[in-house]
Amino acid sequence: MERGLFVGLDIGASMTKAIVIDRERNTLGQGVVFSGADFQAAIRKALKKAQALAGLKNIEGSLIVATGYGRRSVPFAHSTRTEISCHARGSYHFFPRAHSLVDIGGQDSKVIKMDDRGNRIAFKMNRKCAAGTGAFLEEIANRLKVKVGRLNELAEKATKDVSIGSYCTVFTATEILTKIREKVDLKDIVRGVFQSVIQRIMEMDTLEGEVVMTGGVAAHNPFLVRMFEEKIGRKIFVPPLPQFTGAYGAALYALEAKGG
Amino acid sequence: MGEEKTVAIKKIQASGQMRKIMSDYFYALNRASEEGHPKVAWCTSVGPAELLLSLGFVVYYPENHGAMLGSTRTANTYIPAASAIGYSPDICSYLTSDIGAYIKKETPLSRAYEGVCSVPKPDVLVFNTNQCRDVQDWFNWYSRELKVPVLGLSTCRGIGKIRADHLRSIVDQIEDMIPPLEKISGQAFDIDRLRSVVALSKECTELWKRVLETNMSSPAPMSFFDAIIQMGPAVVLRGSQAAVDYYKVLLKELEDRAVQKDGAVEGERFRLYWDGMPIWGKLRDLAEFFISLRTAVVVSTYCNSWIFDGFDPADPLMSMARAYTEIFIVRDENTKERSIEQMADKYEVDGILFHDAKTCPNNSNNRYGMPERLTQRLGIPTLVINGDLNDLRCYSEEQAKTNIEAFIEQLEA
Repeated sequence: MERGLFVGLDIGASMTKAIVIDRERNTLGQGVVFSGADFQAAIRKALKKAQALAGLKNIEGSLIVATGYGRRSVPFAHSTRTEISCHARGSYHFFPRAHSLVDIGGQDSKVIKMDDRGNRIAFKMNRKCAAGTGAFLEEIANRLKVKVGRLNELAEKATKDVSIGSYCTVFTATEILTKIREKVDLKDIVRGVFQSVIQRIMEMDTLEGEVVMTGGVAAHNPFLVRMFEEKIGRKIFVPPLPQFTGAYGAALYALEAKGG
Repeated sequence: MGEEKTVAIKKIQASGQMRKIMSDYFYALNRASEEGHPKVAWCTSVGPAELLLSLGFVVYYPENHGAMLGSTRTANTYIPAASAIGYSPDICSYLTSDIGAYIKKETPLSRAYEGVCSVPKPDVLVFNTNQCRDVQDWFNWYSRELKVPVLGLSTCRGIGKIRADHLRSIVDQIEDMIPPLEKISGQAFDIDRLRSVVALSKECTELWKRVLETNMSSPAPMSFFDAIIQMGPAVVLRGSQAAVDYYKVLLKELEDRAVQKDGAVEGERFRLYWDGMPIWGKLRDLAEFFISLRTAVVVSTYCNSWIFDGFDPADPLMSMARAYTEIFIVRDENTKERSIEQMADKYEVDGILFHDAKTCPNNSNNRYGMPERLTQRLGIPTLVINGDLNDLRCYSEEQAKTNIEAFIEQLEA
């Protein structure tokens, strides 16, 4: 029985993330797997990975908070919070000051604004559209027949600015076909796609003060973060394990519920 | 924390009586349609119904039918049929679902009222563009299809201060309608009969206002999701004694509940304003969801839009013009913003939720920065959810609920 541990589970539309922390808020282990069609299996696998990394036999006795779209699919969770609250909580832990948080997840993007005490002032999520999300990048990678994990290195090697202006994923794919016909270099197209994601985020809300980025897209595409910095003309802060910020926030809620 | 609690929608006891008068209304329409007498007029929701009633018409409201198609979750069966004949899925989904249902020769009235096979056949179609331009296109389609005359009022929109010429124009247009309507109905216009109808509409609207104002109490005795059902008689039976009698009963029940602190939401923690159209196909679902969050939606633009302070039997035509023009949707952005601000203050809300209805730009007030301005001025948070009045393809259940739940978590902090 492992007591005094706190688990955050973030069951996202694309990926399921689990994180285990101790009373001192240290991350002991984390795991991420595809959410797929079987949330229960994904939760088990993510937890197993986190446990293994933490060197734990089990997590029985730990306090668990679930978040993400699948938060209600965790029968053994002690409570649930939305991913908006959890991302904000996780982000504020690493950057305890007023800031704007940009989280780009698999199926949604969020802009969350916090005051200097960590209170959420406002938040906005993307409209019912994949533009500006990880799903958009996955779809475009699929169309370009490149692995989504290679997008970052391709964009980094681009030499020209290519404008991808369409608002919707399907139209963007068509626009890319035109670029391919025009013999535009693949690397430049990918950079244009990154630019398009940034543009969609900037249309969601104004980004005031310090900006923090979290989520799988920031975790796997550091060049996109650099491009974003260039676009807004200031540094963007990224927490450790940015893909786990929501899960970490959930674990913090678990700890705080215990009076930690 | 945003935990879901056990939910139970509290019953409003008067509802049984409402179902009876609504049933009587639809059977009367059906009889008139079958027997050819009295004549049937179709009218837009804030069209010149008082004039039509005074001329002996029974009045049918296609927008109410549109709402039925939404609430029975059948709209998406019919919208494609309208799209297929050239009506874009981006325009009013009341229009597309109603025309689609007509094309498929189906109506939820048949399921609700035994023996009613179709919507009543109109003898005349009468619109007012005060709601939007779509109603004009909607009624013109039926005019061509059914070979029935269509008459309309064109209202100036985006009005700030209402000027005499705005009202004079409406009065002139109403007067121009009288001769053709007399011809169709076979009855001569009688100003005293009109005064009586306007008096009943006034009484109805005053009672409806008082019904809504019971929600100034905390806890609120009625949620927005109850109110949009309870407004049925105010929509289709204004100008009738039945509606007046009903709202007296409902008012008494709600006043009693307010005194007894019997709220629609058990353990009410937060009070919200709902701007924009209802999401008709998700009424029950959202009602239960808000109950689970112990949050009461206590006031709305939509339900308040059926308060017509302008009616005055002493000057029926001018007062009708005023009543039809004063409504929220006709007004300019500043007037709308002030109205929401006053309501938010009056009902002491903790936040404002804007429903951005994909196919109803005229009823989606979030699109020109109003939520941000109101947050700044009132110091309360606002939230925009994407959806639609009828077309559930435009509504993402998970996304909407996550947004709402996160909004409540924000209020909790």
